[in-house]
Amino acid sequence: MNTVVTCVVILGVLGAVFGLVLAFAAKVFAVEKDPREEAIAACLPGANCGGCGYAGCGGYAAAVVKGEAATNCCAAGGEEVAAKVAEIMGVSAGESVKMVAEVHCSGGGADKSKYEYMGIHDCLAAARLPGGGPLACKYGCLGMGTCESVCPFDAIHVVDGVAKVDVEKCKACKKCVDICPRHIISLEPYKTKRHVAIPCSSKDKGPAVTKVCSNGCIGCGLCAKACPKEAITVTDFLAKIDYDKCVGCGLCAQKCPRKLIVIDGKVPVIKPKPAAAKPAASAAAKPAAPTAVKPAAEKKDESKQ
Amino acid sequence: MEMFTTLFSIALGAILVNNFIFAQFLGICPFMGVSKKVDTAMGMGVAVIFVMGVASVFTWLVNEFLLVPFHLEFMQTIAFILVIAALVQFIEMFLQKSVPALYSALGIYLPLITTNCAVLGVALLNIQNGYNFIESLVYGVTGGIGFLVAIVLFASVRERLEFSDCPKSFEGFPIALITAGLLALCFMGFSGLKVVW
Repeated sequence: MNTVVTCVVILGVLGAVFGLVLAFAAKVFAVEKDPREEAIAACLPGANCGGCGYAGCGGYAAAVVKGEAATNCCAAGGEEVAAKVAEIMGVSAGESVKMVAEVHCSGGGADKSKYEYMGIHDCLAAARLPGGGPLACKYGCLGMGTCESVCPFDAIHVVDGVAKVDVEKCKACKKCVDICPRHIISLEPYKTKRHVAIPCSSKDKGPAVTKVCSNGCIGCGLCAKACPKEAITVTDFLAKIDYDKCVGCGLCAQKCPRKLIVIDGKVPVIKPKPAAAKPAASAAAKPAAPTAVKPAAEKKDESKQ
Repeated sequence: MEMFTTLFSIALGAILVNNFIFAQFLGICPFMGVSKKVDTAMGMGVAVIFVMGVASVFTWLVNEFLLVPFHLEFMQTIAFILVIAALVQFIEMFLQKSVPALYSALGIYLPLITTNCAVLGVALLNIQNGYNFIESLVYGVTGGIGFLVAIVLFASVRERLEFSDCPKSFEGFPIALITAGLLALCFMGFSGLKVVW
């Protein structure tokens, strides 16, 4: 009986002493956390998507308070969150460029395959096969929706055998960019008005591209010549847009012989040139005017929706 | 000189012959858990050295001046768990305030070690082997070094395993367990070592 009592007493005292020491230590060694860090973390989306390049929203909040990160790095939160964070930090938000994922494939060769694929419906699995999958074009979108399955915002979907990004929903978290075995998705700055895109990744020469795709880039360079701002460069038979220079004039899209270049996700209706339409000048010029106006009107309706 | 020999043989025993992981199978949980990268394995190893050293000192004191006088040696396990848990908590708070550099280096590993059986093991083995204060300290620190050697060796093997072409059914954890077994076999080669003066 005596042993039991001493047991309880000794351990009880030991525990109590440790408890007191720890409670005391918690006061003495308390580290002051910047209250701004918690405030910032509270107004972040909390999805921990990692799009900002830090380990979760907490990591980003800490980096902002330390002054390591800008206030507008949160892609998921957008300008609204950037403004809140800037207000907490007491600085002006600055303009944050909206980034969206862009699939560099138009799906023009989605129906052309080298062999019949019977495996798992997953790009990662298909891409491991000989020749990098069943698709005839070795650069194109496999269209099995692996990006669709990793997207936390339901912003990317496979339509007609090619992945399409919903720019409204895309938060630029980079999940699809990282998972795509073809590496044809990348983050690009999105122009809210007249966003020009060249959705192709093929580095093959013209004839090889035409064989496997109905509208892949052949590297002819007509777009680069047409561009007044020199925003398009052609390397490895593939045209690429520099969005810092692009003004969205759309001249490149009119020149493209493959009808590949899209403006706001659509191939523009090409205006017949007044000079080229000389023989039937009076007849062709009149109907040409309404067709040129129509697409513009359609676009306006879309943006309202 | 004799004391030096004893300490040396204790150290050699803790690091090689009776390695905590490969010979005594203590602390297997963090050994398997944080051995995917050499960097993290290194962090864990250093944290274990630190905690095992401090824990063996404090548990020895508690045993010698509290449990033995009251004839409560049978309470060692519970008392030591209490001591180690409180100690690790205290060290964490202390480091966060006073040595932030070390705190961020040890990071998440420090609180993880609270329930590491290698730490409790070293405390109990100190008493079982009848070590004095200095010997306990040496045994604790070198036991930690043995842990560091084991986990870093294992992590560097595992890093290469990632890229090896092994059968599907063995990928990941199974092949890691087999590797651990082979490493333990290698360490059995040290079992004949003895310090003769």
